[in-house]
Amino acid sequence: MKNIVTIFRKQLKETMRNKEVLIQFLMFPVLAVFMTKSIQIEGMPPNFFVQLFSTMYVGMAPLVSMEAILSEEKEKNTLRVLLMADVTPWQYLAGVGGYVFLFCMLGAGVFCLLGGYGSGEAVLFLAVLGAGILVSMLLGAAIGAGSSSQMAANSVGVPLMLLLSFLPMLSLFNSHISKVTGLVYTEQIRRMLTALGEGEAIGEGLLVIGGSFLLFGGFFVWQYHGSLARDKYLSHNG
Amino acid sequence: MTALIQAEHITHSFGEKIILEDISFTVEQGEVIGLLGPSGAGKTTLVNILTGQLKAREGNVRIRTEGDGSRDPAGITDSARPVKAGKKQLVTGVMMDSLGLYERLSVWDNLRIFADIYRVPVSRIEKLLDRTQLRSARNKTVNRLSKGMRGRVNLCRALLKEADILYLDEPTSGLDPSTIWKIHQLIGEEKQSGTTVFLTTHNMHEAQALCDRIMLLHEGKIVEQGVPRDICARHDSRREIEVTLQNGERHSIPNARESQGILSEWIREEKVRSIHSSEPDLEKVFLEITGRRLSD
Repeated sequence: MKNIVTIFRKQLKETMRNKEVLIQFLMFPVLAVFMTKSIQIEGMPPNFFVQLFSTMYVGMAPLVSMEAILSEEKEKNTLRVLLMADVTPWQYLAGVGGYVFLFCMLGAGVFCLLGGYGSGEAVLFLAVLGAGILVSMLLGAAIGAGSSSQMAANSVGVPLMLLLSFLPMLSLFNSHISKVTGLVYTEQIRRMLTALGEGEAIGEGLLVIGGSFLLFGGFFVWQYHGSLARDKYLSHNG
Repeated sequence: MTALIQAEHITHSFGEKIILEDISFTVEQGEVIGLLGPSGAGKTTLVNILTGQLKAREGNVRIRTEGDGSRDPAGITDSARPVKAGKKQLVTGVMMDSLGLYERLSVWDNLRIFADIYRVPVSRIEKLLDRTQLRSARNKTVNRLSKGMRGRVNLCRALLKEADILYLDEPTSGLDPSTIWKIHQLIGEEKQSGTTVFLTTHNMHEAQALCDRIMLLHEGKIVEQGVPRDICARHDSRREIEVTLQNGERHSIPNARESQGILSEWIREEKVRSIHSSEPDLEKVFLEITGRRLSD
């Protein structure tokens, strides 16, 4: 447990000095506050910006943060040094993953407050975003673990992040896109947030989010064993 | 006495390329052993295998467990596997050639992370900052340090654990002379305190100054090993003494009884400016054996 806390603390200090990752946590919550408070259009659905930006946030911040942190640690050999010390790969992932999850959930909290949801809806709102954040983290971790450098990770992560963030918005304006984006977990998150508490939306959403969780979880395990665990450090200390 | 590290028939390759071929050696407790070879000879690969970072294709590495005094296999552990219950594994410190420092964090933060992981008190960091003369830089972020200072932070981290075995992979490569001198001093202090040091270098002066024994590695094979002075003596085929006189004349005379007369006469007449043995240094020995220079 102490190693997890050490990694968590290390990540906290690192991120405070890492603008690229820090901006991921702040950009969409700040943008949502600004847009919600400054733009009022007649006929616009309630909490339109909250739902839109929180969905984009789920597709972007956890994915890019995990991918950037892991790939940087691999490229700069700091991960290697940690794993050669008495840190197991799972302790490392728990420390970094716990940190990213917590900070993303703080952002989710800002969206929740901005939406002015009642207690039941707020719990549901945070649960939906939490599930989406976990799925994005798995995908980001898989990309980071499988990449040899930050540049290689970005070349995969950035297009994926753009797809996952912008598809839900595009589906709002184009019915053709909307027909196919139902299989994308971020689109399901947007739909669930739009119809908070409606059983039908939750059922379909849970199916897609759960499927994505399993899919990206499998992808991560594959990358983990194919890339990270190929490095002897992992089995040595694990 | 049982060897502390025992490497047996280590062979490793990356794809078709053979990096190490049938490497066997032992390291005794408390000695400084140097692995000397040019870039690409396989030094880092061997360190990676010894430290359990890489599994050799063939052969094995055994590290003696604490309190074990025999060659009983039950008391010897493969470095790449956890030690069985009841046997305490010796503590190892590793300084890799790639730094692996957190560049956005301060010197202190970098060391603190590993002090916490190793469960050593922060007072140990304070002592090491003094020993490595890094105290004034403790709050500087690593990306603002010179290469020499980063090297010292890297060494500090390797020393945090009070290791029984210290693996130092090219610890002075590319550093300035004053940092090299400081690092040599620290390695000497570690040896004094009984730490076994496994050092890789392509600097023959470093090897000659620090190592009790050396191994010369060339294209994945150990081509020579032993005490540096003995190796040089073994390869002294000329067995001559080179004398330079005050008037600039140079004479090569046999290093034998027959030269006693003339040498005594030059000394008596105070004609001698310098006397050198024809014994080669490690660089020349390596060149003679492999046809390559260590610095290549």
